[in-house]
Amino acid sequence: MFRNQYDTDVTTWSPTGRLFQVEYAMEAVKQGSAAIGLRSRSHVVLACVNKAQSELSSHQKKIFKVDDHIGVAIAGLTADGRVLSRYMRSEAINHSFTYESPLPVGRLVVHLADKAQVCTQRSWKRPYGVGLLVGGLDESGAHLYYNCPSGNYFEYQAFAIGSRSQAAKTYLERRFESFGDASREDLIKDAILAVRETLQGETLKSSLCTVSVLGVGEPFHFLDQETIQKVIDTFEKVAEDEEGEAGEGDAEAAAAPAEQGGGGAGDQDVAPMEM
Amino acid sequence: MTFTIPIDNGDALKNAEADSQRTLYPYVTGTSIVAIKYKDGVLMASDMGVLMASSLCKFKGFMVDNECAGSYGSTLRYKNIERVKAIGKHSLLGASGEISDFQEILRYLDELVLNDNMWDDGNSLGPKEVHNYLTRVMYNRRNKFNPLWNTLVLGGVKNGESYLGMVSMIGVSFEDNHVATGFGNHLARPILRDEWRADLSFEDGVKLLEKCMRVLLYRDRSAINKLQIAKITEEGVTVSQPYSLKTFWEFQAFHNPTAGAQGSW
Repeated sequence: MFRNQYDTDVTTWSPTGRLFQVEYAMEAVKQGSAAIGLRSRSHVVLACVNKAQSELSSHQKKIFKVDDHIGVAIAGLTADGRVLSRYMRSEAINHSFTYESPLPVGRLVVHLADKAQVCTQRSWKRPYGVGLLVGGLDESGAHLYYNCPSGNYFEYQAFAIGSRSQAAKTYLERRFESFGDASREDLIKDAILAVRETLQGETLKSSLCTVSVLGVGEPFHFLDQETIQKVIDTFEKVAEDEEGEAGEGDAEAAAAPAEQGGGGAGDQDVAPMEM
Repeated sequence: MTFTIPIDNGDALKNAEADSQRTLYPYVTGTSIVAIKYKDGVLMASDMGVLMASSLCKFKGFMVDNECAGSYGSTLRYKNIERVKAIGKHSLLGASGEISDFQEILRYLDELVLNDNMWDDGNSLGPKEVHNYLTRVMYNRRNKFNPLWNTLVLGGVKNGESYLGMVSMIGVSFEDNHVATGFGNHLARPILRDEWRADLSFEDGVKLLEKCMRVLLYRDRSAINKLQIAKITEEGVTVSQPYSLKTFWEFQAFHNPTAGAQGSW
């Protein structure tokens, strides 16, 4: 995508029917650090990579609780993400107050998408520069949606967004068929393994990732470092053990180096705007 | 999913003009509703009589209960009004009190159910959601000193679970295994407290409701002998055809009713 004469305004169409400003907003999502979501029939796991700007600072919060039954992971302009999370929390609590019943996640996602669409059709606004992975429960079970700056939303069994998310997506594509009936523990393990894919060789430590779970009978909450480290230990040990054990971890360790080249927007570092 | 509420002018509580824009006393009213949970769902009974207040004289500033302080009694004006209506797929709403306000509530719920259906996403409003929505509406109206003059009974079944609740005109709201409005609270609920069981069959439930309605027929002057019983189960709503209860008037006390209080003229 190169600079052209139709990309100044979000309200200007290109002759080929594209809105470049919206597409540029979607680029911003690719610059953010990775966020991953996957779901089974009864649970949704959201995980993300914690990247701090420097050793001195803390890392940015990328996963937000919206309600007991809905969580959201963001990638892109964190400030936009924070504002949208506040909107989602507001919608959820208003519904809860009026109907004493949790807001179905499918309806929240449509409200969010409609809000994003408005910004693609006003000359005095700009699109939100953040992609949202919304996981939640409603009457028909667990759902995972991806809301993008264009105002579109899609439902997924599993998805990854942000930089180097392609590596995670490839991993998820291989494994997604088993997610539907997976146990909660297997789902968490798969999420952490997908996060590992985006790290491209960097050692996976519990301090590098944040994992959250929600499910039937289990309100949204974050997993603590200890729990995450325990899960990491189960497959890292197998990976270190190079003596041909046919464990999953082994196959992953072998596959990981091969995946290093495939970042979403190339091998760029996290853009300063994310901070 | 928004609903409009009539807007009062600034001095809503003080000037005479504004009074004509808010409910001060009920004019066309229905009497008790009695409802119980039973084995398969909820049963709700109401009679079909609706009274109209006569020649109102205004008493400014009074907030009174069922009867209007300033009317010269009332006429049994309508004898075929259904006061129990189905809401969506899972709920039943019964109302006592001002009928026009009940119709207004039905319009709000119509819009609510329509919007819920338009989502077309596999989620639907259950009785609990409708009950809480109504609680919010009634309470908010009460806060503006412009109440919907009804006591509502909301029953329903969703995903195998029965639900029965009540909302009053001031927004008092609660759930129970059996509820009643108006005179039903005083005459029917004591019977229900003694005789209600969780595993009532349909026939036993109807018998129990008829027992309550019979007492109301004898003792509530606004009741008439023409009632309907509505049933809601997982399968849906059925409203019976109107019918009458058998009554017995041959009690000794009815033969010479003033025997104990002979006047001098």
